[in-house]
Amino acid sequence: MNYYQIQKLKSHFFIGLLYFSAAFVLAPLIMVIIFLFLKGASSLNIDFFINLPKPVGETGGGMAHAILGTFYMVGIGTIISVPLGIICGIYLAEYGKGKIPTCLRMASDLLTGVPSIVIGIFAYTLIVVPFKSFSALAGGVALSLIILPIVIRSTEEILKLIPGHIREAGLALGLPRWKVIYFIIVKGNLPNIFTGVILAISRAAGETAPLLFTAFGNMYLSYSLTGPMASLPVQIYNYAISPFEDWQRQAWAGAFVLIILVLGLNIFSRMIVNRKQLF
Amino acid sequence: MKFINKQDQINFRLMQGIALGVIFMMTVMVYLLVKQSMPVIKLSGFSFVTTDWWNPLDEEFGALSFVYGTLVTSFLALLLASPFSIAVAVFITEIIPEKVKPIISLLVEMIAAVPSIVFGLWGLFFLAPFVQKTLTPFLKSSPLGMLPIFQGPSFGIGILTASIILAIMIIPTITSICREVFKTVPKLQKEAALGLGATRFEMIKLAILKPSFSGIMGAMVLGLGRALGETMAVAMVIGNQANINFSLFAPGSTMASVIANEYAEAESDLHISALCLVGLLLFVVTLIVNVFARTIVWRFGSSK
Repeated sequence: MNYYQIQKLKSHFFIGLLYFSAAFVLAPLIMVIIFLFLKGASSLNIDFFINLPKPVGETGGGMAHAILGTFYMVGIGTIISVPLGIICGIYLAEYGKGKIPTCLRMASDLLTGVPSIVIGIFAYTLIVVPFKSFSALAGGVALSLIILPIVIRSTEEILKLIPGHIREAGLALGLPRWKVIYFIIVKGNLPNIFTGVILAISRAAGETAPLLFTAFGNMYLSYSLTGPMASLPVQIYNYAISPFEDWQRQAWAGAFVLIILVLGLNIFSRMIVNRKQLF
Repeated sequence: MKFINKQDQINFRLMQGIALGVIFMMTVMVYLLVKQSMPVIKLSGFSFVTTDWWNPLDEEFGALSFVYGTLVTSFLALLLASPFSIAVAVFITEIIPEKVKPIISLLVEMIAAVPSIVFGLWGLFFLAPFVQKTLTPFLKSSPLGMLPIFQGPSFGIGILTASIILAIMIIPTITSICREVFKTVPKLQKEAALGLGATRFEMIKLAILKPSFSGIMGAMVLGLGRALGETMAVAMVIGNQANINFSLFAPGSTMASVIANEYAEAESDLHISALCLVGLLLFVVTLIVNVFARTIVWRFGSSK
């Protein structure tokens, strides 16, 4: 074999290695999904969605309270942070120079990097300590702190892509700046902003760590804003580390529901923007 | 800022007010976190991070074992994840045809979207038995089995399992930043390498990987930042024991996992305060790592 053949062989080998590593990276994802289908989907039934947990030892029961709790708290988080996040995003994109915008950008970047468990402590000191009890409100606030920086960032990025001449065209027609911002810039890009919002919500829906000691979790249906509330991720966690087989089975079913919810939202948000850009 | 239009001024002031409110909120949160951890800072001082004796019942707090656990799992995860992430980024940008590209990159991004609790569940019921029954005997019988890090029995759950789960979870982060970095390589440079008779391997090595070196470093540091703060998946598979053990098979504990495990059940105020201090420490460490990573990536971006 001469030099060129060796080089060629080396190149083929290397590219083969790249194929192998791609397969190796995707393998866990595929295994997780297969596992969820095998273990989760099989133990999923209508009881799971409409019943409350049964006492230990009795089989059956469901996670209706946890599913509702997740929707409830993600709802609170969304109501708190989405309007704030969008306005901050618009502010950064439209009036993005100066001290305050720089500070805001830094603060939001900082919050993105904060581990979710520390966000839980933030919400704990902010809500649980003054109210002296675990509460759904604290859980909602914790989730809002997860949603907020993602919405700020995505809104800013989207609005920055809009070329300046569109703003100038609006201003040249004699419109005040705020009308240009809200009725031309924002209105024309609502679907894109919405994408960022849904992505943020899908992240928050899957978070466990910030809810562990803010909403805490319980075993019954609760609508109270000031009482502890169950959520799907926390319920999965509690069931998964329990020694009871039936609870572990339900943890799998819960994980199946959760991943359908999270990945579904994630893919849905990509579909809003452009059907061709789905992938 | 000067405004001719009154309405514009109102709108601007409103936005500025909200922005200031958000900044104020975050400052308050950091302040509260520091305030909560004050009692333990006063009690233990610097010995909090230099002793490894964690005994909430007697109110003795030393977090060294958690710091150790966090550092070991994160760096091991980085070591495992980086080669694969870089390879996948190269694979997506250079090797596969345009039509398949979006599907593969969507799948990689989906790994990041999977909630960490689901990875934890999978790790507990699939990966831990796999590590105990297959990987441990394999590592012990390999030539490296003599090393002190591969000694002792394996219970499935432990530092190694946690690192593998972490590696899986940070791969998408590193991959996506690496892809951004590789995108900045001019096409001309690749064609020049190929035109000089380089094979595809040589082209990738010389025209893509070498000029992107600092960008790749930045991507890795960002991945490290993610690994440091990851909580649930690690808490479920690491075994939660507050001691320093040099064997990778032994159970351990990380800063995030100890907060997740003990916070809700903490009885005394001092225990809560100690956990807050662990949180503060974690916050500061991830902050430094993230700022560092951003500086590297930003410098790389502006040098182009």
